Order: sequence, then structure tokens, then C-alpha cells
Amino acid sequence: MKMTVSQAMVSCLEQEGIRQIFGYPGATICPFYDALSRSDIRHVLVRTEQNAGHAANGYARMTGKPAVCVVTSGPGATNLITGISTAYMDSIPMVIITGQVVSNLLGSDVFQEVDITGACEPFIKHSYLLKDPTQVARVFKEAFYIAGTGRPGPVLIDVPMDVQKMEVDFSYPTEVSIRSYKPSSKGHPGQIKKAAAAIAEARHPVIIAGGGVFSAGAEKELLAFSQKTRIPVVNTLMGIGAVPSDYDLRLGMIGMHGVRHANYAVHQADLLILAGSRVADRAIPSPTVLARQKKIIHMDIDPAEIGKNLGVDIPVVGDIRLMLSQLTEEIDAAVSENWQDWLEELNGVRQKVHPDYGPRDGYVNPKLLMHQLNQRADRNAIIVSDVGQNQMWSANEFAIPQGRFLTSGGMGTMGYSLPAAMGANAACPDRQTIAVCGDGSFQMCSMELATLVQHRLPVKIVVFSNNRLGMVREHQTVAYDNNLTAVFLDGSPDFAKLAAAYQIPSVRIHENSEIDNALTRLLEAEGPFLLEAMVDPLETTL
Amino acid sequence: MKHTLSVLVENHAGVLSRISGLFARRGFNIDSLAVGTTADPAVSCVTLVVDDKQNEVEQITKQLNKLIDVIKLQDFTPEEIISRELILIKVSANDQTRSKIAELAQLAGGKIADITRNSLTVECCDTTDRLENLLELMRPYGLKRVVRTGTIALEKGSEQLTIE
Repeated sequence: MKMTVSQAMVSCLEQEGIRQIFGYPGATICPFYDALSRSDIRHVLVRTEQNAGHAANGYARMTGKPAVCVVTSGPGATNLITGISTAYMDSIPMVIITGQVVSNLLGSDVFQEVDITGACEPFIKHSYLLKDPTQVARVFKEAFYIAGTGRPGPVLIDVPMDVQKMEVDFSYPTEVSIRSYKPSSKGHPGQIKKAAAAIAEARHPVIIAGGGVFSAGAEKELLAFSQKTRIPVVNTLMGIGAVPSDYDLRLGMIGMHGVRHANYAVHQADLLILAGSRVADRAIPSPTVLARQKKIIHMDIDPAEIGKNLGVDIPVVGDIRLMLSQLTEEIDAAVSENWQDWLEELNGVRQKVHPDYGPRDGYVNPKLLMHQLNQRADRNAIIVSDVGQNQMWSANEFAIPQGRFLTSGGMGTMGYSLPAAMGANAACPDRQTIAVCGDGSFQMCSMELATLVQHRLPVKIVVFSNNRLGMVREHQTVAYDNNLTAVFLDGSPDFAKLAAAYQIPSVRIHENSEIDNALTRLLEAEGPFLLEAMVDPLETTL
Repeated sequence: MKHTLSVLVENHAGVLSRISGLFARRGFNIDSLAVGTTADPAVSCVTLVVDDKQNEVEQITKQLNKLIDVIKLQDFTPEEIISRELILIKVSANDQTRSKIAELAQLAGGKIADITRNSLTVECCDTTDRLENLLELMRPYGLKRVVRTGTIALEKGSEQLTIE
């Protein structure tokens, strides 16, 4: 069928089942927008390009499929870079479309020209500069395939404006075949047998669940494996919610900001089973020590992650979902009797850990607020945390049984929460969506309040205000002899008035006693709502 | 130990930049690099020589394999391959030294590629070790300019690295 490349681009998105996209137009992407206006695809106009990336990120994590964002060339594309790298670090499937200057001027530094495929090269799964109009269908088909399969990640398609206007004979391919890209699926049966044998010999096994469990959609298989074997589960920041938070063998988050009993389990274990976790430094700060003391089974889709940071005894490469079912089938349920004492020991340690929900003089205890929010939110609510102290308060209090916890794990990108929550809510409009941030991170994304209003996205926002960049403040206190510098947020606006300027209702609280009523208003509001909780500047992360 | 990586890649614009960028950002050093098309014009072969001081070659090959444009690669030890490198040496020469230089160059497997009143240009295609030897033989006469290609290599015997 004859059509322009821009119409073909829109058709490709429709063929991929894309219903909503996030973007910000500019001159070089206008042909695409012109074609998009005649499609049923919903376009959500963000207020800065970076947030188109984060919104697509939140959307992709809720749907499990590649999500799309679109921006213009030059500054539009470079503004999106943080969104791309954030998705790359957390293996989030995304297809990014950027406009580009007309092809015969490429390389001559014309207005709003930037080499975006070159700029993104270190932190993108793959990219295309689409110069040949006849390749549009193949390139889109490949881009979605590459983004969503294997270890997921962002894929960029840069399309010069003149190419968008060219006419092509379009038909969307039904199949894709890339000779240099064949992602693995099942785990090698021999390795699965070895893993099962190692588990049978273990006395203190622990499963470390990472973000890969979500990428593979392996939550059920993980739970089934743990239930059959009675092996306790700890999780990384990206793996929060990989097993339901009310599951009895769930120990919580490990690492620098993790909970004591989870870290205790990792340190005392004789066998670690890594499932979709890349042994990042914040989760496992001293991998060489662990490798010496324990047997390690590492299951991952990406062979390059196995052995990268941690010496591994039994590598198993493949799709976590398939490998966990293979392993569950291979193993005898009777092995669980080998670690009755271990489970009791861990339970003992867990009993001794008591979160501090106590009062604060003239301030709200953020841990108590997050605790109560988790108790009162819907059973399938989505919490999207930002980066900093608010992230760890949110992470360690997460207890929503069928909920999801989204955050920027690998990049630690401030300003992630609100745009990612927008995307998550756009994907799941029926699920309560709560963005949690600090007063620092909120000011990195507060422009998106307009997007919430414009596109009727009822995202609830919790802002912890301590007039500080709290986690940096804490770091300066500990590591720089309390020489506090450049962490004071004086000059911040009155957030209630800011919200009011967008017609968004809000409440500000100073005491634990006010939490209950404030949460009622937050959770019962029809549209967006902002809850500002005043927090002691000296409040600690843990 | 030196490793020679034969990397078959799609013959696309930007592929070399992806490969060299990967080495740079992950802190892997490249001793030499050579690129050319193969019997199939859609496929190029990138030959990389790396000195694996910190046991990183496995990680390098895994990361290379993740690049979508990399079709296949193989890691060879020096014993497993036939390797060649091309050198051009412009060396100072006068009436007294010219014939000595030419004789040495020819004994070492080189050829005279260009001759002027005050210089000789020697070309030689051989293994890196033998080129080093030739270079040292030429050095006392005064090296004006030296250029070398990267090493290219093939596996010994009838086995072959193919896409399939």
C-alpha cells in the first residue's frame, strides 16, 4: 500500500498494538505528528522530553511490552538521553523515535542537528538511523523485537524529516529474523541438573530475586519454586514485589539500604541462587568475599552478567521464567527438610528487627507514613518512588500484596517518580498509582503536574519535605564530617500553592497524628492529589 | 597473553564505532585493529588483538556478542592462527648505506617499495614479531616514518569461522 514514511511509522505502531505514546513535538518530527493526528493512538504531551522517556518506562514496566516515546531532533533528543539511560540500566523495553534534520544536511551542523544515535551508543540496546525509506517497516519490526526480547532495553530510531515525507510501498512484516540476534530461551538441561544437585546439597540456601523476574514475567514461577523448595527469598531494589509481600518466606531487600535480616541471610547462606539479578554494587557491595565463601548459581538471560561482578559456580543462561519452571520440576520437594533450622534461624533474626515508627517532634515520621500508606492502599496499587531517602523509605516499607514498586534502580535518576507514575497509570488506569518523592526530586519533575491535569491521569503524589537533599546531606554528615554544602533547598515554592495553581488539591502535615486523615484525602481523591509531609532534616534513611 | 579476536559483523555504517566505543568505555585496551569485507560483501571481519592482562577477554567477547551487529566471533590464541601485518618503513639512505639497507630488508623478507636520493621505503608483510625484527634492523640507519596496519589472522588448517 502506498503511503508516506510518516504514515508508515504510525502504521507500524498500530501493528505493534501501541495504544498510547509519550512525546514532545518539534520541527523535524512534525511529519510524524501530522500522520499521528489521524490515528487512534493517544498521545500524552509531557512537559520536558526526559519525562517522555520516564513515562514510557513506567508504561512498559506495567504492560511488560515495549513502550514508545517520540521527540524532535537536537535538544529534544539530548533532553531524552537521561530517560534512555535510565531505561537501559534497568533493562526496560522501549522504542524511541527521534526526528532528525533532512538527510542531505546530516553532518553539517544545521539548526537542531545532533548525532543522537552516536550520543546514545554507550547506553542503548540498539539504534537505527533510517535513511532508506523502503526500510521503515523492517526497522520498526526489528526495533520492537530487539527492545522486547532477550534482555530488554531501549532501541532508538532516528528518522530524518525528508525521509518521513517520502512515499513508500508499505506492508508490515509478520516475522522478524536477525541473523546476529538470537536470544536464548530455555536453560541448558545439564546446568539445570547441576543447579538442582547443588540445592540438594545446600543447608542454608537463599534466592536473590532481581528485576529480571519482572522482565521475564516470572513472578508465579519464582513463587512456585520457593514454595516447593521452601527456600527463602530476598530481593534487590529492582526485585521488590517479585514475590508477594505477604509471602512468609519473603525476607525483604538486601544491600546498602536493605533490611538486616535479608542481609544476614545473604551473609550466612551457603548457596546463593541469583535469579535475574546482575550483582550490582548497591545490592552486593563485596562480591569477591561472597564468591569465596559460598556456592553460587546465577540465572540470567544475559551471559555477560554472569561472572562479570561475581565468580559463579553454576551459570544458567536463559529466560528466568522457563528456567525456574525447569528447576522446580527437576527438584525434589523433600530437599526443604534440609533447612528447617535455617528458616527458624532467619525467623529469629527477623523477629528482632523492629521498624522505628515512633513520633517525631514537630515532624512526620516518613517510615510510619509509608507503612500506613501501604496498609491502606488498594491491594494492587502501584508505588513509584523517586531517588534519595524517599526511595529507601518507600522500598523498605513496601507491603502491597499484589502491588508493584517502580523506581530508577541502576541509574538512580532523580525526577523519575512523577513521569513514571503517569506512564504506569496510563497503562493501568484502574490501578491506584502513587508517586513518592522528596522536595528535591519533586522539583525535578513538578512541571508534569500539568500533564496529569491535561490528560486526566489521577496520580497521587506524596512529597517528603525536609528542605534538604536528604541523602546527600546524610552522606556529608557521615563521610565529610558534617560539612553540609549545596544541600539546602531554600527558595522552594509553597507546594500547596503550586498544586493549587494546577487546580490540584493538596494537604500539608506536620505530625504523625495527621497521617490518617491526610491519607484518606489522598486515596479518596478523584483526580491527582498532593500530600506534603514535613520531615525532620536529620531523619535517617535506615 | 595475546588474544586475536575474529569478529564477523554486519557491514553497516557505525559498526566499527560501536565496537571501538565498547572497548573504550569498558576500559579494555586494543593492541591492533583491522577491518575489511569478507567473501560475502554484506559481512565484514574485524580482527582485534588484545593483551589479556586481567582475564578480561571473556567479558570482552560477551559484551561484543551483545552488539546486535556482531554476527559471530572467535577468540584465538597465537598458536591457533596464521597472522599477518603490513609495514611501510621510510628509512634514510645515502650512497654508502643504500645497498646495505636493501640487502638487510630483503634478507628479512622485505621489498623496496620506493627509492629516492636520500631515502628508501621498505614494505614487508609478515607476522608482528618478524616486522619488529625488520624495524630494529632498519633503526640504526635513521627511521623517517613508519606506518603499520593492524594484524589480520585466519585459523590454521581447514576449519573456518562461518556465519552459520
